[in-house]
Amino acid sequence: MADEREQERRSAAEKFEQALEGRADTRYILRLYVAGMTPRSQRAIENVKAICETHLSGRYDLEVIDVYQQPERAGEAQVVAAPTLIKQLPLPLQRLIGDMSDKDRVLVGLGIQKKE
Amino acid sequence: MHLIEQPGGSARVELQKSPTGIQGLDEITLGGLPRGRTTLVVGKAGSGKTLLGMEFLVRGALEFGEPGVFFSFEETAGDLTQNVASLGYDLNDLRERNLLSIDHVEVSRSDIVETGEYDLEALFIRLGYAIDSVGAQRVVLDTIESLFSGFADTAILRAELRRLFFWLKERGVTAVVTGESGEATMTRHGLEEYISDCVILLDHRVDEQISTRRLRVVKYRGSVHGTNEYPFLIDENGISVLPITSAGLTHTVSRDRISSGVDRLDAMLEGEGFYRGSTIMIAGTPGTGKTSFGASFGDAACLRGEKCLYFAFEESPDQIVRNMQSIGIDLAPHITAGLLEIHASRPTMYGLEMHLVLMLKQIQERQPDVVVIDPLTDLISIGTSRDVKVMLTRLVDFLKTDGITVLFTYLAHTREAVAPSDFVVSSLIDTLIQLQDIESAGERNRGLYVLKSRGMGHSNQIREYRITDGGIELANIYAGPAGMFFGTSRFVQEAKEEAEREAREEEIAYQQRELERKRSVMEARIAALRNEFASHEEQVRRLIKAEGARQDAVKADTRAIRKLRKADEPGESMIRSTGSTGEEQ
Repeated sequence: MADEREQERRSAAEKFEQALEGRADTRYILRLYVAGMTPRSQRAIENVKAICETHLSGRYDLEVIDVYQQPERAGEAQVVAAPTLIKQLPLPLQRLIGDMSDKDRVLVGLGIQKKE
Repeated sequence: MHLIEQPGGSARVELQKSPTGIQGLDEITLGGLPRGRTTLVVGKAGSGKTLLGMEFLVRGALEFGEPGVFFSFEETAGDLTQNVASLGYDLNDLRERNLLSIDHVEVSRSDIVETGEYDLEALFIRLGYAIDSVGAQRVVLDTIESLFSGFADTAILRAELRRLFFWLKERGVTAVVTGESGEATMTRHGLEEYISDCVILLDHRVDEQISTRRLRVVKYRGSVHGTNEYPFLIDENGISVLPITSAGLTHTVSRDRISSGVDRLDAMLEGEGFYRGSTIMIAGTPGTGKTSFGASFGDAACLRGEKCLYFAFEESPDQIVRNMQSIGIDLAPHITAGLLEIHASRPTMYGLEMHLVLMLKQIQERQPDVVVIDPLTDLISIGTSRDVKVMLTRLVDFLKTDGITVLFTYLAHTREAVAPSDFVVSSLIDTLIQLQDIESAGERNRGLYVLKSRGMGHSNQIREYRITDGGIELANIYAGPAGMFFGTSRFVQEAKEEAEREAREEEIAYQQRELERKRSVMEARIAALRNEFASHEEQVRRLIKAEGARQDAVKADTRAIRKLRKADEPGESMIRSTGSTGEEQ
């Protein structure tokens, strides 16, 4: 577990440098925390997937976490609201809450689109 | 569980309660917070909300075997642990023993983007997970407001908060939720107070630069509760609330008597002193020795082996000990023996209520037999007369209920103001002793009298007293036809009286001697007269005797002559008649 995190951190540093260079091939690490398979949760998952496929095709890792199954991970990540999407990388870390139906805000939040 | 339906149809409210273990709070709430329900603790920053919550959990875990969960929205677990360590709570130990779970919930709006519908289910899940991890029966959420700062959509938040309260109730945990007090409404969002079953308001007010913490139970569904504002303090033992309601006048009284510490003062009170458990006031102008009376009283109690608590508002403990030593009252051994404790504080250090709270706390902890408050005046100066009356009533009721005898000293600044009729608390006092300067003949002397003493006969005299190397001594009274005399005039008057008395005694002795002499003269005269009389009598007798002899001789001669003449009887009868007359006399 600790090793994994260490690796993550190391790779995170690399990716941070990549992000600074502004490469289009920056990898995105995203975690989506949902509370059970409610319609809202499913909507959120679908929306995130659609956005990622459209804008980050091939360069993203999306992990969906059901906090009912892994409540301790919600604590670790300081998740309060559900659904919550956390952009782990590239930095800065960003939290998006809601069912991700406001596509523009999601894109801005993920740093894919600049704020107009 | 909470409501028990009586067969008769009338619902008897039987609310189960979770004791907080916080001194006094359980008394106000008649047993604690509503079990299985949510209590809202509202107050401004620094009013002690977090501490109250934490103490509820720590005491719950340690004293009542109920593990707890603390969800902090403001402080990290590390900060919290450090903050309460000064109160002697070892949170790490509790966490290791699985009695406590602390979670810091970080909510900051800066890195949150809202992209549609959401709820706080994740928070519920985390909370549920924490509750399950330690089997918690108590939950504290501190401070719920932080959620509002993290999320923009207040409509969702309000709905979620409502859901949270119901959820907590469903879980059956006894919860304390803290909230910031708002301007117009009790809480900032005007919501929590309606969905809580019990609301406790904490207040931290500063009047004239003196702060007082107060606590009030605003509402308590299904239970009666004390509704007053109660002062509370936060010290090294955590929170203590002092539910000093008026205990009323139902206390039983003692018929025991205890000494005032001044022998001859006891004599003025039926010879036995004060009633145990009574309220005594020694009132006087500056320099009349009020503290000396207080110390004498305390000293006497300690000498009887009783515990005395001395609250000093003018002098430090050391100063009192030193000064009393100079009049022969040695308090130091009592302090060493743990019988006497002197607490000194400046009256302006705290508000009136805080003083009361601190005093009551000390009294509760020490359980003294007698209490001395020296002087009361300084306390009065920091409050309005109404406040003082309320405070003293509480204090006196409290002491009476516990049968503790209390002696107040009261400083009157002018002699005119000594008259206690206008004094706000005189009605609370059982025995009032007035100390007075008496100025006469260029001297200032001290006099005392018992102005009142409920339930006992007492002397009505003004007694002069002196403060000597051997304590307080009441002087003999000079009360003569010319009025009362004090000090030197008393001595002068006494000397004068003495001289007069001696002179009178001498005069009497002289008169007695004179009489004696006259009696002997008289008796000598009587003797002389008696002698004279006796000699006269002797003379008379002698004459009578001589006369008798002569007549006998004459009779014999006559008879002899008759015999010679052979005369007959008639001559004899003539002689007899004359002779018998002379003989018989």
